[in-house]
Amino acid sequence: MILRTLTYALFAATILFSAPAMADDANTVTIKNFDYSPMALTVSAGTTVTWHNLDGEPHTVVSVDGLFRSAALDSGESFTFTFTKSGTFKYVCSIHPKMVATVTVK
Amino acid sequence: MSIVENPSRRGALKCLAYGGAGTLFTLSGGVLLASDLAQAATRKGHHAALGTPLFVQLSDSHIGFAKDANPDVAGTLRQSIALVNGLPKKPALILHTGDVTQLTKPEEFDMAAQILSGLAVTELHTVPGEHDVTDGGAAFMERFGKPSNNRGYYSFESQGVHFVALINVLNFRPGGLGILGDDQLAWLKDDLSGRPSSQPIVAFAHMPLWTIYEPWGWGTGDAEQAFALLRRFGSVTVLNGHIHQIVSKVEGNITFHTARSTAFPQPTAGNGPGPGPLKVDAAMLPGMLGITSITYARHPAAATVTDTPLG
Repeated sequence: MILRTLTYALFAATILFSAPAMADDANTVTIKNFDYSPMALTVSAGTTVTWHNLDGEPHTVVSVDGLFRSAALDSGESFTFTFTKSGTFKYVCSIHPKMVATVTVK
Repeated sequence: MSIVENPSRRGALKCLAYGGAGTLFTLSGGVLLASDLAQAATRKGHHAALGTPLFVQLSDSHIGFAKDANPDVAGTLRQSIALVNGLPKKPALILHTGDVTQLTKPEEFDMAAQILSGLAVTELHTVPGEHDVTDGGAAFMERFGKPSNNRGYYSFESQGVHFVALINVLNFRPGGLGILGDDQLAWLKDDLSGRPSSQPIVAFAHMPLWTIYEPWGWGTGDAEQAFALLRRFGSVTVLNGHIHQIVSKVEGNITFHTARSTAFPQPTAGNGPGPGPLKVDAAMLPGMLGITSITYARHPAAATVTDTPLG
């Protein structure tokens, strides 16, 4: 009985504590194999987006309209930006300008 | 009496120079190129260099890189400099075609400057690579921006050759290739206008000025406008870096050539997930890094480009 209660408690705790992590994944862009993933991300206004460079090569995150610019991100480094205005924001890697992606803010 | 001290002789020879006469002159003091005469006529007390000039290109030192493909890029840059310093003929100047640093960091620029100060030849001309300007160009220009008033493009003369330094990594277009931009092209037009077609030109920039492999961004979108200006010259040598391997072609009077890196090789076009560092066996690495030398035959002016590997 105690074991079952504990099991339920543990299960509930897992759900509770994993919820914020799932929300983080939704606002995360992974950089790997010269790609931003997802290539088109949609978030609500006020969201902080995090870019993680998991590639062997350094990359940058530079918005085409001048709204944000990361430093050169080495492997394992991250960049965050909080989107306050709505719109679709195209960004590119300034080191590898073939890499293009967007964040749409609703 | 030297040519510069005798105006009437100077005038006559200047006319010949602009007429593009590639005739062999023998004057007191030695042999002069037709283009050298045009220069000498406008410079007081200067004698054109004798013999064949030698220029050296270094590229893509990526100071700050420390991954598998080469854990010691400072060491291989030092080896490259030792190679330059050991050349039997001393170069007149050194060109660095960019990606001096890996991540635009001040300490990387500092280390690069410290290592490059080991060059026996002190005349060094630099253009940035995309790794050098991730901050928009501030750090690079602070160290190397003076010759161009921080614009990135500039020109200079050496041994009768006209050098044009171009920047094609600042105004990138998303999804596109490198870009020169209208301001730089307008400057180039002005810079080249009035020059005798017999004057050898060296144009150097980081990214290839011709399209080698579009899917990896190996090219410059508006370079054709530059070549429209350069095509009339009898000898044009285009020196680039960026791709960490040698690719070359000759088109009319234009020789195109990309250099090896002093840091690490990259895959050949399309043979990998992208244009990143290529790890090779340690024994193979020195043969894939190196320097480039450019010499000139005098009559007619023609450049010879030679690549020397580290090992």
